Amino acid sequence: MNAFPFSAITGIVLRYFYLYTRNGLRAFELFFWPLNTLLVWGFLTRYLSQTGPGEVALPVTFLLGGVLLWDVQFRATQGVSVSFLEDVWTRNLLNVFVAPVRTWELVAGFCAVGFLRVLITVPVLSLMAFAAFQFNILDFNFWLIPFFGNLLLFGWSMGMLANALVLRWGQAAEGLSWALPFLLQPFTAVYYTVETLPGFLQPVALALPSSHVFEAMRHAMAGEDRVGQGLGVAFGLNLLWLATAGMVMHWVLGIAREKGLLTKVATQ
Amino acid sequence: MPPPLLTVQNLVKDFGEFRAVDGVSFALERGEILGLLGPNGAGKTTVMNMLLGLISASSGRIEIFGQSLESHRIEILRRMNFSSAYTSLPGNLLVRQNLAVFAMLYGIRDWRSRVRETMERFGVAALADRITGHLSAGEATRVNLCKAFLNRPELLLLDEPTASLDPDVVDKVRTLIRDTQRESGTSIIYTSHNMQDIELVCDRVLFLHRGRVIRMGTPDEIKASFDSASLEDVFIRIARGGDLQIAGDQ
Ligand SMILES: Nc1ncnc2c1ncn2[C@@H]1O[C@H](COP(=O)(O)OP(=O)(O)OP(=O)(O)O)[C@@H](O)[C@H]1O
Ligand SMILES: [Mg+2]
Repeated sequence: MNAFPFSAITGIVLRYFYLYTRNGLRAFELFFWPLNTLLVWGFLTRYLSQTGPGEVALPVTFLLGGVLLWDVQFRATQGVSVSFLEDVWTRNLLNVFVAPVRTWELVAGFCAVGFLRVLITVPVLSLMAFAAFQFNILDFNFWLIPFFGNLLLFGWSMGMLANALVLRWGQAAEGLSWALPFLLQPFTAVYYTVETLPGFLQPVALALPSSHVFEAMRHAMAGEDRVGQGLGVAFGLNLLWLATAGMVMHWVLGIAREKGLLTKVATQ
Repeated sequence: MPPPLLTVQNLVKDFGEFRAVDGVSFALERGEILGLLGPNGAGKTTVMNMLLGLISASSGRIEIFGQSLESHRIEILRRMNFSSAYTSLPGNLLVRQNLAVFAMLYGIRDWRSRVRETMERFGVAALADRITGHLSAGEATRVNLCKAFLNRPELLLLDEPTASLDPDVVDKVRTLIRDTQRESGTSIIYTSHNMQDIELVCDRVLFLHRGRVIRMGTPDEIKASFDSASLEDVFIRIARGGDLQIAGDQ
């Protein structure tokens, strides 16, 4: 036939490229929230280190590392979930679902959008963090790659689960889909260690790959050598989460086809 | 004789306890335009959605291009397309951007020239740089039709393509569909509540009521079988239930 390889994925990515380049506000929104968070935590870090005893305590700079890495996961999740919501909002969902696009291609397209969002915002954030707070993300060296990779993977899983929620419960779940990363944030030890959590919450934290990444980040900053071990655990957990998210998505699509939810969510 | 382009056998769709489509069977020949007619809630959209794989059938069989829809959905969709007044292309992109995106989703290699050619065919080349969400209903319909013809579909499903258009635009859109269909030989399944639409566009009509096929035939045959001067009259009689008994006995 006339298909060229990856044309569907290219099409999905192209759509978001057009969206963000055509609309200045959209591009602004891409940077506004992460910069906002960075500034708040950055100034808080400065304040705490000025009022704290003696030299700059490590836990304080951990906050900035947390901000940057958190943004990776957050962007990746939203790349997947907001892309899908965008199709719901613009009543385009049916057009996409009747196009010859396999589910994995759709998901891969959304994941690619998430990845590109990370590629755009993280360098800007990192530059800002360096310029304003002398926080150099490159100090992580080659650890940066598994940090980012693991958070991307987990973000994608979360995004797929968020989409499954919207497919299954429609408009009512849109808010939840949007907020999913924030719901996880308290339990995933972004700005504090897993040990800080009450005992019964620690298993929850340990089940999330992201917690292991944030712990590994603190180990790396403290110059400890447990970094690789934590990242390995994170990667293993990621494979489990991805497989689960894929299965949930497949299952919900089946229910959606049976109950006619695709057309409901698309035309509501 | 070549096998039909589409065969539907004993199609049933239950939503919980409610049977929306109840044992529908029909076939569609190459190049034919079939109208699905019936009162609100008759099951027209549900049948279309099953043909598109958006809704799974509770039982029955759908074969398109000689293949089972269930096992060859993507291959089949590649040769099909769809447009409805109730879906739209993303309003926040330019017309040409939307069409480029869909050309890629359909895997069209020479997408630039194909998009240009289709826009010219539907008289929307001048709208290429307009924001899709700012188009009038008539312009948006024509752009939707561009998307629907992009991949040179062999089978096209149109769910109320002329809803919410003024009579002048309806007439133009109808002519466009008819002419494009003649050139391309595309088979079309068409729903509309506009009886004139159906009479002027469709070769054959399938009358649905409460999920069942009540009558099937050319518009003239249908009118004759109801001893009626217009499809509108037939429609009203079916919708009000007066002729169901006779039809059911056939
Ligand atoms: N997802 C769904 N869940 C439950 N019931 C549904 C669903 N989709 C359709 N129905 C029901 O199935 C019946 C047929 O609906 P359908 O949309 O196919 O009718 P239609 O012939 O297209 O009507 P209209 O002319 O109003 O477009 C209706 O009673 C409708 O309420
Ligand atoms: Mg309908």
